[in-house]
Amino acid sequence: MTPQEIYDNLKAKFGESILEAKLDALQPWIRVDEHRTKEICVFLHDEPNFRFDYLMCLSGMDYNNGALGAVYHLSSMSHKHKIVLRANCPKENPRIQSVSSVWGTADWHEREAFDMFGIVFDGHPDMRRILCPDDYPGYPLRKDFKVPEFYNGMKVPY
Amino acid sequence: MSESRVIPTNYVTKPEDLKTSSGRTLRTDEMIINMGPQHPSTHGVLRLEIVVDGEIIVDAIPHIGYLHRCFEKHAEHMTNYQQVIPYVDRMDYVASMNNDLAYALAVERLLKIEVPERVEYIRVIMAELQRIASHLIAVGTFGIDSGAFTPFLYAFRDREFILDLFEMTCGARLLYNYIWVGGVSHDLPPTFIEKAKEFCKYFKPRLVDFNNLLTYNEIFVKRTAKVGVLPRDVAINYACSGPMLRGSGVDWDLRRDDPYSVYHKLHWDVVVGKGEVGAVGDCWDRHIVRMREMEQSVRIIEQALEAIPAGNVQAAIPKRIRPDHGEVYVRTETPRGELGFYVVGDGTASPYRVKARGPAFVNLSVLPEISRGAMLADLVLIVGSIDIVLGEVDR
Repeated sequence: MTPQEIYDNLKAKFGESILEAKLDALQPWIRVDEHRTKEICVFLHDEPNFRFDYLMCLSGMDYNNGALGAVYHLSSMSHKHKIVLRANCPKENPRIQSVSSVWGTADWHEREAFDMFGIVFDGHPDMRRILCPDDYPGYPLRKDFKVPEFYNGMKVPY
Repeated sequence: MSESRVIPTNYVTKPEDLKTSSGRTLRTDEMIINMGPQHPSTHGVLRLEIVVDGEIIVDAIPHIGYLHRCFEKHAEHMTNYQQVIPYVDRMDYVASMNNDLAYALAVERLLKIEVPERVEYIRVIMAELQRIASHLIAVGTFGIDSGAFTPFLYAFRDREFILDLFEMTCGARLLYNYIWVGGVSHDLPPTFIEKAKEFCKYFKPRLVDFNNLLTYNEIFVKRTAKVGVLPRDVAINYACSGPMLRGSGVDWDLRRDDPYSVYHKLHWDVVVGKGEVGAVGDCWDRHIVRMREMEQSVRIIEQALEAIPAGNVQAAIPKRIRPDHGEVYVRTETPRGELGFYVVGDGTASPYRVKARGPAFVNLSVLPEISRGAMLADLVLIVGSIDIVLGEVDR
């Protein structure tokens, strides 16, 4: 299915929740409502015409304009088509609906996005840090992150 | 070869049966065991928190991040796209060439440039040599995990030949910084093709030896068959890739199904696990997929060595590359599976965001699923069969 058909189908089914799309990009993307990602992903995963059964990658993003976001790279093993989904959320209250019940692999990717950007995925079974220590201050991949001078009373030497 | 093996998953202990000689009742509730972070069988610094009921694993929770150095932040702070490549090298440090290739392809796709055909062939040869070297480590250490030390020495002896080839090409034996955006750093030395052909000729009989020594060894088969079975649907749901996915019987290889470089011009077969000695998707299947992939890699190398054209080894690109606004996700098949780079450019000379989707990171996330109900002693084998490199899991 072409990205245009995917977009039309999603627009017909979810209407208002499909916020924006750029279908002439190098890899076409569709931006969806961050509070309905699960519903949309269940549809993309289960619908026989789509069968997006393989979540290639889930990346956190800091757009440096007060918005954070998650980028989902989906592909289908049977139909061999791909699409990119995005969901943005404000930096003050970064919450996106979790898709870890749709794809098991999203579990660790969402934990990583939480660890690095502080995005909280609603409905995730185990929202803990994954790479940094549990008591680490701040979210390292945010653009305004400064390395703390002290960590647990120890001076950070550089 | 192996009779059916019943793993008692619904094992129930009866407290009244377990009395010490002094008449006290033993505690029979679940126990939590820590494995790692310095356990030799975790292939690096991985800590597993294991909940066991007797010898049966109830849950295994991986704790990662001991090698975390935030590669992605480093990448954003480089002054040049090319400078990221040495960092990429250090992610999956036993398959550096494949990492370089994935990153270079991603940036080239972002820049919309083509590289000369000679470069493509050199890259394929290097990537496949590296795949053999990496699989040799994987199957060698897997032998150690199952209690066989000798095959490991055989594997490392053969790996040396590949490292020699890399050393004569770019001077490094482990971290190469060889594949650059727009080309490769040096052309092949004059004797390389001859030496590589010699290696292929030498290596094919060694694979037969290795199979006789380890793969079809009865003890090894009994240790690995029907252990850590990863069903097909779970493998896809957890986005497993590489030998992990193919071991579960999924016919999927990015070199064929999402082709890049010149793989579409070469002929080889995708190897899938068939459950020859146990169940489809067990540890033995993942091992045999790696063994047979090495044969296929030799086939690819031989064809590429014959077909390699003369020409330039650097595309005509400026020293300081500045891709336009844009983003791209490019995935390649490394020895461990799908390595993807999500690169976002913002018009400056350094990337706005680089996300590495490491195959080892994703493959490790399925570990709790496949180790529940297994014996504690088999966990070492299950971890070994996933073939993780902690440098990539933690990035």
